[in-house]
This record gives sequence, C-alpha cells and structure tokens, in this order.
Amino acid sequence: MTLEKQGAGGEGPSPSRDLRRYAALFASRTRVMTSSVMRDLMAITEHPEVISLAGGLPDTASFPGEEMARVMGQVARENSARALQYGPTDGLASTREAIAQVMAWQGASVEPGDVLVTTGGQQAIDLVCKALIDPGDVIVAEGPTYPGAVPTFTAYQADVVQVGMDDDGMKVDELAETLERLEREGRRPKFIYTVPTFQNPAGVTMSLERRRRLVEIANERELIVLEDEPYSLLRYEGTALPTLLELDGGRFVVHAGTFSKMLAPGLRLGWAIAPRPVMEKLVLGAQSTTLCPSPFTQLFVSGYMASGQWPAYIEELRGIYRTRRDAMLAALEAHFPPSATWTRPQGGLFVWATLPDFIDTTDLLALALSANVAFVPGRAAFVNGDGASSMRLNFSASEPETIDEGVRRIGALVAEQVDLFGAITGSFPAVAGEEPGEMAEVVELPRRDQEQRRQG
Amino acid sequence: MSDGLSVAVLKGGRSLERQVSLASGERVEHSLARIGHRPAGIDVGADLVERLAGLKPDLVFIALHGRDGEDGSLQELLETLDLPYTGSEPAACARAWDKQVTKDLLDEAGIGTPRALSFSETALREFGGAQALARVDEKLGFPVVVKPCRQGSALGVRFASGPDELPEALLSAFSYCERALIEEFVPGRELAVPVFGGEALPVVEARPTEDTFYDFDARYTIGSAELSCPADLDEATTARVRETAERTVELLGLRSFARVDMLLDERDGEPKVLEADAVPGLTDTSLLPQSIEAAGIGFDEFVGRVVDAALATA
Repeated sequence: MTLEKQGAGGEGPSPSRDLRRYAALFASRTRVMTSSVMRDLMAITEHPEVISLAGGLPDTASFPGEEMARVMGQVARENSARALQYGPTDGLASTREAIAQVMAWQGASVEPGDVLVTTGGQQAIDLVCKALIDPGDVIVAEGPTYPGAVPTFTAYQADVVQVGMDDDGMKVDELAETLERLEREGRRPKFIYTVPTFQNPAGVTMSLERRRRLVEIANERELIVLEDEPYSLLRYEGTALPTLLELDGGRFVVHAGTFSKMLAPGLRLGWAIAPRPVMEKLVLGAQSTTLCPSPFTQLFVSGYMASGQWPAYIEELRGIYRTRRDAMLAALEAHFPPSATWTRPQGGLFVWATLPDFIDTTDLLALALSANVAFVPGRAAFVNGDGASSMRLNFSASEPETIDEGVRRIGALVAEQVDLFGAITGSFPAVAGEEPGEMAEVVELPRRDQEQRRQG
Repeated sequence: MSDGLSVAVLKGGRSLERQVSLASGERVEHSLARIGHRPAGIDVGADLVERLAGLKPDLVFIALHGRDGEDGSLQELLETLDLPYTGSEPAACARAWDKQVTKDLLDEAGIGTPRALSFSETALREFGGAQALARVDEKLGFPVVVKPCRQGSALGVRFASGPDELPEALLSAFSYCERALIEEFVPGRELAVPVFGGEALPVVEARPTEDTFYDFDARYTIGSAELSCPADLDEATTARVRETAERTVELLGLRSFARVDMLLDERDGEPKVLEADAVPGLTDTSLLPQSIEAAGIGFDEFVGRVVDAALATA
C-alpha cells in the first residue's frame, strides 16, 4: 500500500484509501470481532477505590497458601520432568481421574477416558464451536446468556438466537417454538447452549422438569446441547439437580466444566465430556490450538485432589459465598427502588437485577463509575442490544460490608434517575407494581436498525 | 538532538476514555524515545502534582482524553506549576469541551453548525422545563440527536425519532453531563478534519459499515467503521471543508493540534461543524495520526513538532 504524499494545503486530488491499517489482510470473521463500550468502561474498575460488583472472580484469597506450596513442592520434587514436558492432548490420566471424581460429586458417573482436559471451560466452548459451526449456523442460547460466550459465538460467525428465561431457567416451550420456527425458515441450529445451574448472568437454575424436556427435545431433533456447568458445586441452599449429561446418558449432551470457580481460575483448566464422534473432533481441534493442556497445572490439580482437602475447601467457599449472597439480597431489598426486580440464586456468583425500562444500565454504569462502583450492564448478555435496563451483580469477590455499600451507591443513583425521568416527562412515573419475572422475549441477532446510527 | 528533554507523558486517568488514552500515551512515549527525548509515562491520579514535582520534567505531553485532559483544568494546573505543556491553553480547551459554547461561537462567526437547543437538569428539575420540550418539534423537527454537552466520546449520544423517544434519550445524556444538547438531525457524510499548526490535514471520512453505527466502539476499534483518507470529495468541497476546520480551530483559540468533526449536509452541500477535539486520539487507529501519515508526515515528526511548538509558546 503506498501512501500518497499530500501536503496539508493540498496539491490536488489523490486516490482515497481505506485508512484501517491492515484492512486488506483481515479475515472476514474479524468484522464481527470488535471491542465494546463495556470493555473500555471496565478499564476504570481497575482503580482500587472502585467497588467492583462487575467481575466473576472467585475468592481465591481464602485458598490456603501453605497447601498450595506443599502440593507445588511435591510436583516439583517428584514430577518435575512430567510437569515441564508436553503431555497428551486429552490430558494426563491422573487429572482425568480427578475430573471424574468432581463429576461424581455432581452426581454424574463418568469414565476418566471419556474426559478431555481443556484450557479453561472457555476452550471447551470454543472447541464445540470449532467442531460444529459454519458461518451462518444457528446457536440457540439463553437470553441473557454468559457474556463471555458471545464473542466466541460471533468469532465463528454464528447466528445466535436467544430464548427467554424465568426463575426456572430457559423456557423450554419457547425453545420448542423457536426450533419449529427456525425449521420453517430453513435454518437448522447446531447446538443449544445453556448454563443450567446458577446461570451466568441470571443466577437462576433450570428446573428438573425443564431439564428432562430439554434433553427430550435434543434427542427428538438430534441436536447437541452444550451444558456449561461451572458453578453447580457452589450451592448454598436447595437440592442438587441431575446434570443434563446424566439425564441424556451422553447421547446429545456435551458437558463443559472448569476448576475456575471451585479452585482457581489462574489454573486455566477445564474439561469437556462429549459423545465419542464429537469428542474426536474436539480433540483434533484442541491439538491444533494448544497441543495439550498445561501438564504443570494438571499435576497441581491431581495432587490437590489426592490430598483429600478439596471437599472441605468447597464447603468453606460455600459458607463464604452464602454470607455474601445474603448480604447482596439484603442490600438490594434495602437500597433498590420497589420498581426494581432481581433474582434470588440458590448458588453461584451472580444476581441479575432489572430496573424500570427507561433506565439504560450502560449509561448508569458511567454514573456508577463516578460514584466508584461497577457492575456489568445487561446488554453484554444479549447479542442484539436487549437487556438494556438490567445488570449483573457479583457477590463472590467482595466482603458483605463492601457489597452493601456498593449496592447502596447504585440504588441512590437509580433513585436519582427515576426522579429525573419524572421531571423530564413532567410526571412521576408509576414505578411500583410492575410485573416482574420475564427476563426476555425470544430475541435474534438482526442487523442493527439504521435508525440507531448515531450522529457525532 | 543533543541529550533530549525530560518529558512527562500524562495518560490514563479516570475518564471514560481511559483505555484509549493509555494507548495514545504509550505511542507518544515510544515516539519521544525514538527522537531522543526521555519520556516518563504517568497514569494520572491523585498523586499527579507530587509525581511531577519529583520528576521535574522540561515538558508535559498531554495524552489524556475526555474530561481529565480536555476541559482545561489540567492545563490550568500546569500553568500554575509553570510547566510547559503540549496542546491548547485552558480557555480554548474549555470552549471546545463544551459543545454549547462551541456552537454559540460558531453561530456568531457564521460557521455552519446543526441547529440545537440545550436543556439543563436544573431547568427540568426546578423550572418545569419539561413543558418546553414540546417545542422541540416546532423548533428543530424530528428526528433529533441528543447528546451530553460535555463528553469526549460518543457515549450518551442518542437518536430520537419522535417526542416519545426524547425523555429516555435525555436521561441517557444526563448520565454524562448535567446539560444536554438536542440537535437537528443532519443527513450527510461524516468527516473529521485534523488541524496541525493551523493548517487542515487531509480529510478523513468515516462510513459506518453495514452492521455497525459509528459510536464509541467504532471510533476506537479496527474494523467497525470504514475510514478513508483523503475523503473522496471534489476540490471545491475539500477546500470548503478544510477552511471550515481551520476557521473553527482559530475561532476557539486551539493551538498545535486538534480535530474538527463535521457533517457534510446533503441538503445544501455545506459542512456543519459538530465539535472540536482539543486532545484527539493518538492511537494506531485514531483519525489524526492516520491523516498526518496520509499528509506524508511521520508520527515521530509530528510528535517532534508538537514538542517544539509547546516549547516555543511556553
């Protein structure tokens, strides 16, 4: 590419060129791989004075350092050659056994040989897309869905269709209708993505009845269900429900798990369990990206499992997080206006709160940052701009007093916005007594409306 | 260059453009080092004055965008500390930072700008200003563009196609500034004209790609808007657009480098100035650096000249 030399005064016309550097080199998929307003706003949450209810960070501070040193020391002394060498693509046998044990804690019986160790649960999502998605293929997801899955789906140029949720998780009747409609339109979805337990970001759990129905639908239509299950061991009340993997018997369910929340995200270790033919493709996909998951952290995980201390640690985390969840629910009750609604998770890390629909939580985040508090705006969990008046609040990473203060600050800003909206409309809006419950209608990824184009 | 200057590069801060500013600052630091100076990057916070006192720089390079670097208060502080700095003086920054002030000056000088009304939170909260919103249709006609009066990026900018969309758009704008501007919608091409040393550089045109709109995301992300430079305009239009940018910069009293954003009104073919940016982005994907490159000026040469200009006016 040549640059036309042109003085500031202009010595005549020169051919116009595309200013985006390297534009001619980028693959077409990068057109949908863009940064977001949220990411730029989130940069401000790095400041220590900001109370961040935004991240999905587990409380790694509670992990006993001595225990970590002991296991690491043992790995170094007894296994350094293996820890520092390449390993098998599907993972070390001892780690796969540890994963089978974790699955057993969740009530699912899995052979270690059927486990693929991945670099975090995120890689499992990526590998499933890599194996199944051609550009334009449909992925059906919950609305709201895990914000971190959206960039993965769009990077594979998937057409994401979201299905509404309520307190019992994904509305499977609506899912069935959506699948019917897609079929009529000649669009065949490749997989249904769900976080059935303590969903990120909604915090709700799919009921047993819906789990059964979802598995039935998948079997009837021969569709894959990607069950993303990072939080299920972090249950603070209620009875554990069977995984979709167990209900399905491993025919159409791909199960993704991770050590991030029950141990530490810094390990970057997760796993996938899939029907054999799918698993073969996942393994090939993993081979071409990472060669193998880190043997070093795998040995740490199997060593920690062997110590027998893990169940006690998870129990400790449950205690810490239960207190924090209760603090957040109490703070919402105390500081949010009556017109706001929020979910009451039985576990996991998040509460999903919805404000009166005239409040845009992306704009509210800008205000919140000036009050030194942060959350994730709801739009991050939708592909089409929906969720504008909702927010995800994390309770696992802050002390109860901090949670209370953070929620108090957000509540005060919301009250001001409600008041200001009343002044703008010339009447105070009837904000009490709205119907709670609905989180989203069926939404799709359309082109952004031309009218939304902005000037300036 | 002999032993070079000690240059404090101010970046980051708490504004909503923190991320962009960090990238601008880093790029400037690398460039300063290449041309023989001794740059020291400072992520601006409560200890800024203390850090400057410790560093005793010969010059301060302001790569802070948004409120922190562009409303004039930082420049005032540096004046008090007797530290020479790059870019414009406090009063000029303050004029450019406030879109209503800019607009009033443009109107007086006979430079085209979209017609607008401004509303403050106070007028609405305390004077029953809501009733006056009914006059927006009569005075401007819908659609309108609602934006915060003072905000560097496109955050809080909303389109209202009718009166019913106005309240939410205003609420959005008020999240960034206590005064909102309601501007007539001007159909036309979006142009950005960097001005360097009083002279307009090649005109950049931003065209939203099919499925994006040109907002905060597009402005700083490779691949969201199609940018071309020099914009494909006829000679007479190019001349008019450049002259408009130069007059705007002169009118506001901006010096060294700045960027003027405007629309080329398709109804009368005339440029309509939207705003002037006293500290435009200096990242790899920012408009100004790409325009200076199109003008045949390297980034290092640009930085060197900005430094020289700052020392000459100190």
